[in-house]
Amino acid sequence: MNSETLIPKIGVVTDIRQDTPDVKTFRVVSPDGGKVFEHMPGQCAMLSVPGVGEAMFSITSSPTNKEFMEFSIKKCGCLTEWLHAMEVGQQIAIRGPYGNAFPVEGDLRGKDLLFIAGGIGLAPLRSVINYVRDNRANYGDVQVIYGSRSKDDLVDYKEIIDEWMADPNIEVDLTIDNPQEGWDGHVGFVPNYVKELAPSTSKTVLVCGPPIMIKFTLAGLKELGFTETQVYTTMELRMKCGVGKCGRCNIGNKYVCKDGPVFRFDQLGELPDEY
Amino acid sequence: MQEAMIKRAKELLADGTVDRVIGWKRGEFAYDITPAVFTSAEELDSDFVFDDFTAANVSKYLVKETAKDGKILAFLKPCDTYSFNQLVKEHRIDREKVYVIGIPGGPKLDIEKIKAKGITGILGVKNEDYTLKIETLYGEETMPFYEAVLDKCAACKSKKHVAYDELIGEDGDVLESNRFDMVEKLENMTAQERFDFWRGQLSKCIRCNACRNVCPACTCENCVFDNPKSGIDNKAPADSFEENMFHIIRAFHVAGRCTDCGECSRVCPQNIPLHLLNRKFIKDINELYGEYQAGADTTSRAPLTDYTKDDCEPSVVHERGVE
Amino acid sequence: MLKISKSRLGELFDAVAAKQTLYIPADREVGAAEYKKYESGMELTKELNTVRSAKDFFFPQTENLADFRLEGKNIEIKDIREECEDFVVFGVRACDARSFTILDKVFLCEPVDSFYKNRRDHGTVVTMACTRPAETCFCQTFGIDPTAPEGDAACFDDGESIFFKANNEKGQAFIDSIASLLEEGDTAKLDEVQAKTKAIMEKLPLAKLSTENFGGDKLSEYFNSDKWGELSEACLGCGTCTFVCPTCQCYDIKDFNTGHGIRRFRCWDSCMYSDFTKMAHGNPRLTQLERFRQRFMHKLVYFPANNNGEFGCVGCGRCLSKCPISMNIIKVMKALEVK
Repeated sequence: MNSETLIPKIGVVTDIRQDTPDVKTFRVVSPDGGKVFEHMPGQCAMLSVPGVGEAMFSITSSPTNKEFMEFSIKKCGCLTEWLHAMEVGQQIAIRGPYGNAFPVEGDLRGKDLLFIAGGIGLAPLRSVINYVRDNRANYGDVQVIYGSRSKDDLVDYKEIIDEWMADPNIEVDLTIDNPQEGWDGHVGFVPNYVKELAPSTSKTVLVCGPPIMIKFTLAGLKELGFTETQVYTTMELRMKCGVGKCGRCNIGNKYVCKDGPVFRFDQLGELPDEY
Repeated sequence: MQEAMIKRAKELLADGTVDRVIGWKRGEFAYDITPAVFTSAEELDSDFVFDDFTAANVSKYLVKETAKDGKILAFLKPCDTYSFNQLVKEHRIDREKVYVIGIPGGPKLDIEKIKAKGITGILGVKNEDYTLKIETLYGEETMPFYEAVLDKCAACKSKKHVAYDELIGEDGDVLESNRFDMVEKLENMTAQERFDFWRGQLSKCIRCNACRNVCPACTCENCVFDNPKSGIDNKAPADSFEENMFHIIRAFHVAGRCTDCGECSRVCPQNIPLHLLNRKFIKDINELYGEYQAGADTTSRAPLTDYTKDDCEPSVVHERGVE
Repeated sequence: MLKISKSRLGELFDAVAAKQTLYIPADREVGAAEYKKYESGMELTKELNTVRSAKDFFFPQTENLADFRLEGKNIEIKDIREECEDFVVFGVRACDARSFTILDKVFLCEPVDSFYKNRRDHGTVVTMACTRPAETCFCQTFGIDPTAPEGDAACFDDGESIFFKANNEKGQAFIDSIASLLEEGDTAKLDEVQAKTKAIMEKLPLAKLSTENFGGDKLSEYFNSDKWGELSEACLGCGTCTFVCPTCQCYDIKDFNTGHGIRRFRCWDSCMYSDFTKMAHGNPRLTQLERFRQRFMHKLVYFPANNNGEFGCVGCGRCLSKCPISMNIIKVMKALEVK
């Protein structure tokens, strides 16, 4: 019988990092070692614990990583609570990759890139940022603006400090919502920080974060002179099948799991406002 | 009657007593009537209908409607007033925000019963002296009115309005109904026969939730069957046990609160006689705790939520279960 | 045209059922028909159509996807799919036959749903032309001719005999398999019956209903229409319309603890349900208005946008008969339509 995407494969969790008080990053490999499947930056996978639930998560590791996949997951429901409680060595069920990807080999090539992330919204962008760093010659300037509620809520803080900020080829601007002891960086909300930094409108923007942050960031970018065709985001809706059939993530004539999750804002503008 | 209702509704809208009216809106055919809220005289004139097919009980909509500002006029048939009272008693309807006009009850017609006679292509249904003249694409058909009456009306328990601000037409009495006949028949079956009867009926269920969603006693904000945290949430039965349990649990949940309005069976797309489960509870409650009619008033304590020294002992359940 | 006398239909069913499982629409109770596995002596219903649609044959209400066994930290995944046995569905109406081509567009596009395809590959659909359409019928709105149904093979009833016509190779194989029971027959009377049916079609109350003002390019016209509030006002939020609908195909995936392991199954779901789009952190469709709108927008705008203008409705009329509050696609189309 033909292969069936709804039947998952086994993944083994080989490493768990506590990133923030409510975000952990899980490293997943196939039982024989290596990745369970290949993906492109922005694509997602269905992770499940049989008997607990199944949900879609973006793959936060870059495809240039040939050894494993990583998922940064915030604790917010039944399944994620279970995932947060598990230990290294646990097997989970995994299927994918699903959805489209950021056009890293298409429209983004050769462009100056601006990444804007809030909180757990860094997870899908981290895949792109590391992909771009590993293929640095193919892209122009790279700037990352990342903010969170507090210093402790910055996902992948260690990698940001040790690798990104040490990388002379990219600019990283961090901010937190409120002043905090031991933080001498910028304080303030992401949308405001973006306006303060006033990045060049020559850049192509990739934004991800809480809906309210995205809304104000987009408004700020427009004030700075950016157009919707320059700004990409990635969406999250409830999904069950991952392949555009179960109907759950349907908005207008699009299925976020299949036609998304990556959309340009001008494309989103054509869809009914239901996300 | 329809004319009198429209006239009175217009008056109450005009003098500001109410700012909207809940009733029934005419459809495409003779029988496909939809509960609707009207806000103007024009809407009432063009769409308001009250006839042999306006069976829907609109009292549950008042939960949603009385959460809004303003006052609404509700036309309630006798059976609907019981549901209304029960919802007032459970603090689900704000009584101050409803102006109730009691209107005469059924018997109302069941289009399914007309179609079950093999009558198809129905273009119009007229009641002439309790003979239905049915105009169809294939010629005119006739059938006796009483053969097309809804089950819930055939076993009518009361023509009396238990809640109203005014009446249009006469008030009636509580009736000696035959509504427990089928329950008795089921009680007299052997356990196996009864099990087979209910398996046969409940296995038809498609879990569309129409019975639950129409039920005036089912007003939980989040039903246990929709709540992932309950552990029993399901959209479809994973096995035949669950298929039975959905309806049995629901019957338990509404026991003592179900007024026997019969909407569950009326809306079931698979014609499952769900009201029989509820009636069994009503009959048992009557026998074990004394006669009780849910919704007859808004103040009395319900038998299952009230303790008296005369309450039956739990052992009675065991004794009754013995064949 | 090959035919069999209606009095010998039982023989034909017996012959088919001897070779493979046969399903026919039969009476469940007075006035209600359902597809039943044929057993000798079972008769075709006189009802126009079944209460539930025929989609169950290819997309059943519940279906097991995989089994899991959990041991310590390890998971064993068992592929429980089996090759489906050949079966015949007899007596499918033109509307339901068209629903299969609509479901095909969803389930057979990449990645192909192997569960659906398995059943589709092994099922033979034998349709039956309509002779007595009901007032709730509007298949012609969607370009369906109930006197010439699709399906692998089609049957036609002239009152005395059933005539057979193959629509494809699978249908021809079916007719060949029963050829010994069939005889060549004159279609003069059938032509009369067909003409009569066509005349009735023109007189149906919904005959004039048109899709002209709907389609994939009508998003902005209808999504923000002020009619949705009024239309959805009485909606109970139940799933009756979606579950009796032959083209609704949304599903949920759930796990069930069997006591011996975990069974993953899928089951029909409904966009009318309040938890359909609910996530741990919120719900994009908070009110029944939005959920109600989704169902009709999907059938009248979104589906045609993705499928060369084909609508997600076949005009079978089930939602017209079964909605507890008698709200349905007809009323929606009439109220919404911007000319």
